[in-house]
Amino acid sequence: MKSSVITFPGSNCDRDMDVALKKFGFKNKMVWHADAELPKSDLVVLPGGFSYGDYLRCGSMASKSKIMQSVINFANSGGMVMGICNGFQILVETGLVPGVLLRNKYLEFICKNVFVKINDKKNKYFKNVNNEVLELHIAHNEGNYFCTNDQLKEIEDNNQIAINYCDENGKIEEKFNPNGSIKNIAGIFNKEKNVLGMMPHPERMIDTSLSGEDGSLFFKNLINNLK
Amino acid sequence: MIVNEQVAVDHGLKKDEYAKICELLKRTPNITELGIFSAMWNEHCSYKSSRLHLKKLPTKGKKVIQGPGENAGVIDIEDNDAIVFKIESHNHPSFIEPYQGAATGVGGIMRDVFTMGARPIANLNSIHFGSPQHKKTKNLLRGVVHGIGGYGNCMGVPTIAGQTCFDSSYNGNILVNAMTLGLVKKDKIFYSKAAGLNKPVIYVGSKTGRDGIHGASMASASFDEKIEEKKPTVQVGDPFTEKLLLEACLELMAGESIIAIQDMGAAGLTSSSIEMASKGNLGIEINLNKVPCREAKMTPYEIMLSESQERMLIVLENGKEEEAKKIFDKWNLDFAVIGKTTKSKKIELYFDEEKVADIPVNTLVENSPMYDRKWKKAKLPKKNKIKKEDIKHLKIIDVLNKILANPNVCSKEWIWQQYDHTVMGDTIQKPGGDAGVVRVHGTDKAIAASVDSSAVYCWSHPLTGGKQVVCESFRNLISVGAKPIAITNCLNFGSPENEENMGEFVECVQGIGEASDYLKFPVVSGNVSFYNQTKDEGIKPTPAIGGVGLIKDYKNMITMDFKEVDNLVLVIGKTEGHIDQSLFARTILDQKNGPPPEVNLFNEKNNGETLLKLIDNNLIKSAHDVSLGGIITAVAKMCIKGKKGININKPKYLINEIEYLFAEDQGRYILEINKKDFKKVADILNKNAVHFDELGTIIENELYINDKTKVTIDELSTYNKSWLTNYMSK
Repeated sequence: MKSSVITFPGSNCDRDMDVALKKFGFKNKMVWHADAELPKSDLVVLPGGFSYGDYLRCGSMASKSKIMQSVINFANSGGMVMGICNGFQILVETGLVPGVLLRNKYLEFICKNVFVKINDKKNKYFKNVNNEVLELHIAHNEGNYFCTNDQLKEIEDNNQIAINYCDENGKIEEKFNPNGSIKNIAGIFNKEKNVLGMMPHPERMIDTSLSGEDGSLFFKNLINNLK
Repeated sequence: MIVNEQVAVDHGLKKDEYAKICELLKRTPNITELGIFSAMWNEHCSYKSSRLHLKKLPTKGKKVIQGPGENAGVIDIEDNDAIVFKIESHNHPSFIEPYQGAATGVGGIMRDVFTMGARPIANLNSIHFGSPQHKKTKNLLRGVVHGIGGYGNCMGVPTIAGQTCFDSSYNGNILVNAMTLGLVKKDKIFYSKAAGLNKPVIYVGSKTGRDGIHGASMASASFDEKIEEKKPTVQVGDPFTEKLLLEACLELMAGESIIAIQDMGAAGLTSSSIEMASKGNLGIEINLNKVPCREAKMTPYEIMLSESQERMLIVLENGKEEEAKKIFDKWNLDFAVIGKTTKSKKIELYFDEEKVADIPVNTLVENSPMYDRKWKKAKLPKKNKIKKEDIKHLKIIDVLNKILANPNVCSKEWIWQQYDHTVMGDTIQKPGGDAGVVRVHGTDKAIAASVDSSAVYCWSHPLTGGKQVVCESFRNLISVGAKPIAITNCLNFGSPENEENMGEFVECVQGIGEASDYLKFPVVSGNVSFYNQTKDEGIKPTPAIGGVGLIKDYKNMITMDFKEVDNLVLVIGKTEGHIDQSLFARTILDQKNGPPPEVNLFNEKNNGETLLKLIDNNLIKSAHDVSLGGIITAVAKMCIKGKKGININKPKYLINEIEYLFAEDQGRYILEINKKDFKKVADILNKNAVHFDELGTIIENELYINDKTKVTIDELSTYNKSWLTNYMSK
């Protein structure tokens, strides 16, 4: 399986993603934002970080990078595109997934482990994951997902919510919502479910010595689903 | 502008210093030259009051590759790997503008580390604020935390440990000390020593603006009521540009084109160019019209004294300019050839085809003033006798709850949750433990780091306090299973012109020196921050020690959370019942005099090394050093972290129970061991003459002393975790 991780100016989880993808068997290539063409890929990842310093709206400058036209074409032709954290912010800026990411409700950066409930398994990202709940890690300042009521209805009708913040038993309540996201949304798909944007970092949960191993589960499953 | 004595005094120079400048130059300096002298000769850059004493610190050791004098210290961690690290203060700017002050402090120290070719792998910080009741404290704390996070998070470097203290002596002068560790291959370390003639001098990074002009001079003066007017001297940070600068520099460093490199920190282009020339025993010629400027019509004076951030000066090999420029173009950074090295041994500056400065380098560096300031030796205060009637009404659990909720003991999760502590995927011990630990990427090795200060002890008796901080750093590293290698120090003091403050400095440094020499824990880098005072009121002497140690196999790392019910809990090191200057004495008895606990370096070394032996033999399940709040506070924290309880044995000790539980005697650790290993552990401890007490046994969720003295771990946890969150949300 071939993957590509895009490096934007200010990306800082690109190496971590490269390490994680390789650990679980992907042949990964790092792709520079100013390149025009994507290498042949089964999966494209927009990594976390602070592209362009987040000085304008998070992700907005990066969404206009040269490489992004190829990424958008790739996604529109059914290619698997995953945006993590800042990558999720870039995805909403391209319009590949609906909604926006606002500043966290308590106006503070949050770095901690969270539990998320998998809402939909009829997709290549979560198909065959045995767990209902994953323990993942977040580290962001703008992860407060928001969309209009009409958009929300459409998202729900199409089952586009990928994961919701919850407790360890999968209970979805406001008190387990770290950032004020509407409906505790931690990640969403496009309509076709080949594009996934999410705030949690699975690449930081691939080792028992680190925060935990549920990220390993996610990647192992992902590569099997793509085979 | 005509330069005279008054103009020099306005620049922070003393009258005799100005006379010396005229004498060295054999003429009156022009305004640009005066600015350069004032920047180089201020306390912050010249160490004129501290140099004499810093020389006495032990700086050498088998593992030391580079001691003080470079951008940062470097230590050997084997297999051609080395760790570059340093701590630095950004106190004055952070008080004036907490967000930018703290942010640029973090940015500056990271630059010091990657200037040497190392990729930063961990950040730490030590921050001190005034009393929580003081009207400025909350906003300063919030601003500083946001600033540290804002910069470090954007850079993608994990903030893995730190300390936060509150004391009214910081009401008018907060402390913000930032530390960075970087990883480098031993044969790819870069230095700031220029070499060779007619080599191009390159400017890279951000453009030069008018921010931070005279920042270093501001950091060398006391505060008064007009301090708010100094806001324009605080630099503005741009972590995004620094991230690009980091990547671009490391890319250039992978090749062979750099002769010397130096970041532009305090006193910007002035100190960086002079430093490189001085170390290389060369001259440097700069055409200031070539310096990329953010604003139009900047004068030579402003260009030389700007402290705009995210800039570097590089001396390149001839003919490598194009290759280097390509890299900086790729990262969208300015790149300009602004001058060359010369044999003149002078700094020669040109602007609009006119020579605007012509100063022999040695007048700025070797001939800079050095003072043997007057200082007063501190007396060891008399010990207090605790009166029975003062303590007999105290309930242990009430006292424990109070101490766990004390601002200096309580959980700092509200702070470190705002720092990305997991980016780079190698953080194996997060903030909140004895030390932060990161793996050396792709290897079995891990690096532990901690930062400590004990201002109360240093204030009460500077010599003992200085020793104690080094020992505490030593213990924190050992508690996570790391072998301590070296330290960096950030020496925060009041005015060196005040005999008491100067005495505190001299004796703290002496204490640090004695302990680091005895423990083979040399000082490889550091920084001095004087004039932490407003009007006549100075801070408590606050040397902060950043310690670094190595864990050969990260799987053997130790954490402090209690692991398993039925395991035994021991205290190693002797408890004599020293209450003076303890948190108990200060907050419960409201007694603020008396000496700090005595430091016995033999015991520190022996107890620490013996614990490392136990860890090497796989006999330790958890460990934690005993510090503020004594044995019971240490044990309570281990309970809270591990969500387990402890049944504390019926006391066999000779001293009063309260003294036993709350005393702050040094050289002690709490250990958790498996029952079946008791004999082995006891043998090793006895063989090494390490005193130990059997403290108790781990049980489910209760701290139990007797039927009247018990408390659930949930309750302890609530006391410990809620103070800071409540304080900040009010």
